[in-house]
Amino acid sequence: MTGVLRRTFSAPTAVAGLVVLLAFIVMAVLAPWVSPHDPVTPNLLSRLSPPSWAGGDARFFLGSDHLGRDIFSRLIYGTRVALLVGFVGVVMAATIGISLGLAAGYFGGTVDNVIMRVVDTLIAIPNVILYLTVLGVFGPSFTVLVLVIGFINWTTFARVVRAEVLSVRHREFVEATRALGQRTLVVIVRHVLPNVIAPIIVVATLNVATVIILEASLSFLGLGVQPPTVTWGRMLADGRGYIATAWWLATFPGLFITLACLSLILIGDSLRDALDPRLRGR
Amino acid sequence: MTVYLLRRLVQMVPVIFGITLIVFVLLRVSGDPVLLMLPEDASQSQIDTLRRSLGLDKPIAQQYLIFMGDLVTGDFGRSIRYGNQPVLPIVLERLPATLQLTLGALVVAVLISLPAGIIAARNRRRWPDYSASTLSILGEAMPNFWLGIMLILIFAIHWQLFPVSGRSGFLSVVLPAVTLGTGLAAMLTRLMRSSLLEVLSLDYVRTATAKGMRPRGVLLKHALRNSLMSYVTVLGLQIASLMAGSVVTEQVFAWPGIGLLAIQAINSRDMAVVQAVVIVASIIVMLANLAVDLLYAVIDPRISYS
Repeated sequence: MTGVLRRTFSAPTAVAGLVVLLAFIVMAVLAPWVSPHDPVTPNLLSRLSPPSWAGGDARFFLGSDHLGRDIFSRLIYGTRVALLVGFVGVVMAATIGISLGLAAGYFGGTVDNVIMRVVDTLIAIPNVILYLTVLGVFGPSFTVLVLVIGFINWTTFARVVRAEVLSVRHREFVEATRALGQRTLVVIVRHVLPNVIAPIIVVATLNVATVIILEASLSFLGLGVQPPTVTWGRMLADGRGYIATAWWLATFPGLFITLACLSLILIGDSLRDALDPRLRGR
Repeated sequence: MTVYLLRRLVQMVPVIFGITLIVFVLLRVSGDPVLLMLPEDASQSQIDTLRRSLGLDKPIAQQYLIFMGDLVTGDFGRSIRYGNQPVLPIVLERLPATLQLTLGALVVAVLISLPAGIIAARNRRRWPDYSASTLSILGEAMPNFWLGIMLILIFAIHWQLFPVSGRSGFLSVVLPAVTLGTGLAAMLTRLMRSSLLEVLSLDYVRTATAKGMRPRGVLLKHALRNSLMSYVTVLGLQIASLMAGSVVTEQVFAWPGIGLLAIQAINSRDMAVVQAVVIVASIIVMLANLAVDLLYAVIDPRISYS
């Protein structure tokens, strides 16, 4: 594993990705201490000030929004929801997906058939519409959001794990442990799972980026985590109305989302290359 | 061919069944529709009467069977918001706008990714390759609704080349289609590049080059067709996410498709419309996937569905 990590971060792009990601994590954890202003209290006297370096009020590095709140501080607080939903959502999805994928691949037959039909069904429904429906029904909140992401987004993990399990299931070491009389669960957890971990890590890393964009989309549509909690998607939605007069409102949240996802994609890609040397440079 | 088509259509049945089950369950847990339809001061006997007339007093399994029966006969329920009209025509009326948008996005994605992927692969590890890779990673990291807003800012407000929003003629579809297509274009560029590189390293390509064929001929006659298989596969798999992405894009551009309809319906708790959108959109995704599978036979003559 150390070899993989060394190979992964021998690529400068992956190092850059890691630095940016760590910066986001630090921002999220230390938000109350590093943000220059209160992110939620309106200050109507300083509405729509351009960024300080673009002729605006010197107090607002990235400008202020339509209620006079500091955009930079709001972006820092927004990091919390983005990363939390991203990581927790993916852990949920991965847990469900890995379990079902292992079961489908290892047992085959009816178990496999049922699980894969459920996967087919979930894949056929355009996911944003499904998310919107569920959030509309249960009401948008952090808990509902993370649960929904877990229960809908697991299909990728299940498919990857199932394919990997199918490829190791009949290898000698698995057959041997089974012949020795090990229980099925032990065989799966001790001998099959370690062999499918590598592709899961890659999928999970890239999936966090997908979920961050998804969370932003849902917030943008008004069905993400609700105010006063700050989310990047909501900031973008608010800024959309001021696009003709105050470009900074919508521009910077988008840049933050892009940067966060970029860092994860760079790390994920490099991780994939490190785990499968044949893919390098492809 | 006909047999294959029939078999594929039959395979769709359990999936559609699953979708209706999900929709039905969601609808039932979304709260009592009777209370939404009646005024707040309605008496208990009025509530009971309406509940009976809607069949909501029957056992849940029987309700599902009735629901399925209605769906099969094209009755998707009635809208609370659009003056009690049947839902299906409302959705179908909005469908062409969404199809136009997704098709436009597909065209944008193919027009960008095919040449970009080929150029990147032929100039491996030189600047065209590096710039294509950089741009495509950026394209994947960018949320499409933000790209849409930035495109509006630059091309509709600053330069006023395209309308800001709405659906009015060819010009109005350009920005939404680019917005929706860019993410897919980025992904397909990377894919085209890597699958072409793989094919170009195969023996038969080397043979073709060795016998003196010009590089362009090798590429067009031998390499391209084989590298297109995985390209088309992924293209097919991405149609669902294109439909999903169109929901957000439609919101950005006030594009009058089924996505915008779905958002409005969810916000006004018009669940019959939501349910019809989910089912119609899913069926379109499945049909599109089927169409892609049939395309395989066109690309690769070894595949036949007879």
